[in-house]
Amino acid sequence: MISLSEFDASDDFSPADATVNADGSVNNGPKLVKEVSQDRAIYLDDVCVTYKTAFDRQRTLKQILAHPFQKTTNFKVVDAMKHVTLEVNHGTVLGVIGHNGAGKSTMLRTMAGILRPTSGAVEVHGRVSTLLALGLGFNNNLSGRENVMLGGLAMGMSRDEIEEKYHQIAEFSELGDFIDLPMRTYSSGMGAKLAFSVAVHFEPDVLLVDEALSAGDARFKTKARDKMHELMSTARTIVVVSHALNTIADLCNDAIWLDHGQLMGRGAPQEMIDRYMEHVKVASSAVTKDDF
Amino acid sequence: MKSTEEYVYRSTSAGIPNIPTYIRDFWNRRVFAVEMSKSGMRSSNANNVLGSFWLVLNPLLLAFVYYLLISVLSGNNSAQEDPQRLPHIVGGIFAYYFFAACMTGGAQSVVAAGRLIMNTPFPRLLLVYSVVRTAFYRFLPTIPVFFLVYLIKGQHFHLVQLLAIPAFFMLTLAGFGMAALLATAQVYFRDTSSFLPYINRIWLYISPILFYWERIYKELGTLSYLNPLYSFMGIWGDVLIRGKMPPVHMWYAAGLWSIGIFTVGSLIFISRESDFAVRI
Repeated sequence: MISLSEFDASDDFSPADATVNADGSVNNGPKLVKEVSQDRAIYLDDVCVTYKTAFDRQRTLKQILAHPFQKTTNFKVVDAMKHVTLEVNHGTVLGVIGHNGAGKSTMLRTMAGILRPTSGAVEVHGRVSTLLALGLGFNNNLSGRENVMLGGLAMGMSRDEIEEKYHQIAEFSELGDFIDLPMRTYSSGMGAKLAFSVAVHFEPDVLLVDEALSAGDARFKTKARDKMHELMSTARTIVVVSHALNTIADLCNDAIWLDHGQLMGRGAPQEMIDRYMEHVKVASSAVTKDDF
Repeated sequence: MKSTEEYVYRSTSAGIPNIPTYIRDFWNRRVFAVEMSKSGMRSSNANNVLGSFWLVLNPLLLAFVYYLLISVLSGNNSAQEDPQRLPHIVGGIFAYYFFAACMTGGAQSVVAAGRLIMNTPFPRLLLVYSVVRTAFYRFLPTIPVFFLVYLIKGQHFHLVQLLAIPAFFMLTLAGFGMAALLATAQVYFRDTSSFLPYINRIWLYISPILFYWERIYKELGTLSYLNPLYSFMGIWGDVLIRGKMPPVHMWYAAGLWSIGIFTVGSLIFISRESDFAVRI
């Protein structure tokens, strides 16, 4: 519910100025600012994320001594998000599409609070759970059970809450006796199944998923898809980053398209997919669609 | 039902987030750091036959090595004549190893947490806290070993020994600050941890651990206070082993150093922590 809006007339419009309303329409004209919604789950307010990344090896002492005056730049400044303003209401399942390096993962990490905006602000209302491409990220020498405990605590849950959910997580992950073995003995699929189970069972208000829905075998994928639909039916807010466009079309009720850190548009998932495909001039195929 | 949790992330000019919010978040998630420390200790000895017994065996072996060094190999009669010498060295070494463990553990704390930092939002200073907690729990078994050596050498208990508690607290604050500082340095300069063994050894030799603080003061005078460990270890040795009150200015110096290192180390760490996810 939008309770307040005011216009900020801006003469120079670029895709970076695209502002997306809670109802899904994109303002390609003057910028709509100061929207305050009671149902708001996530709000990105003119967010820019810029960081330096190492693209070359550090010069060794020998190289420095041999060529002391050689000018080298080991860092590249990456503008990963450029003035993105976006509101996502509770109950929305937002798909994020775009090419590699478009800023999708950066946006998710900024929403999660892992990366801090260089300018602008991010508001998140509710408990956040992340299911990112790298898995749980804990100690491989510890058992799955211990990693579940650590994962829950890192997310800010209490021991009691985690213990209450533990059996559901263990059962859903289908790991059987492996749950008590060190995670170094797991296959990558087993690790991914456990990570998925942890992320969806801690009852997040906001679930951020980055290319991590293809965990496990065909049976588990079906279970995972059903679980996602169950979360959607309980009005959770889910943001899904995926190159598998069928997943976006199947799961999401809203979508945005990012290109080089800029918000290009927002709308119905199929509409965004079509615009994106047209932009990258790739025909729809099984390669671009598969995930679940 | 939607939780009432709310998070706001803003850009900050100096990179330092809202400190009260940060402290509250740190406090709320302290259990995570405790569990991380516990599980790290469990897993570090998981492949050893002796397992957790190494926590006790390590200080015992360390005390034995220094006993050999002082009583047998040095051939120095004064060392054998002074009954406080061995307890002083053993007590000092144990405390110093705690401090050094904070530094070495701290240096690795962020880079070793790679995927965790990439995937999960939490105050990164918890990683430092976890390391310091681990170092503390590894230090605890050295206390009975120290008192065993102390009593074997015919020493008696003194009331002033209770002042070892605030002295150790100051050492811990400084250890935390150093851990935070080195964790940050390691992210930007990966050679940091390679230098650490040498820094640790040099710091051991220039601090009043293998000898009394008076010997350093005689050589350097007030310049001795430029070394933070001069005050920490000077107080530690005086109150715990020699049963005497150290000079008051030594307390002042230790207090200032501990608060200074803790504050500077923590603030530098917090100001850089948003950078960690793209640097590791």
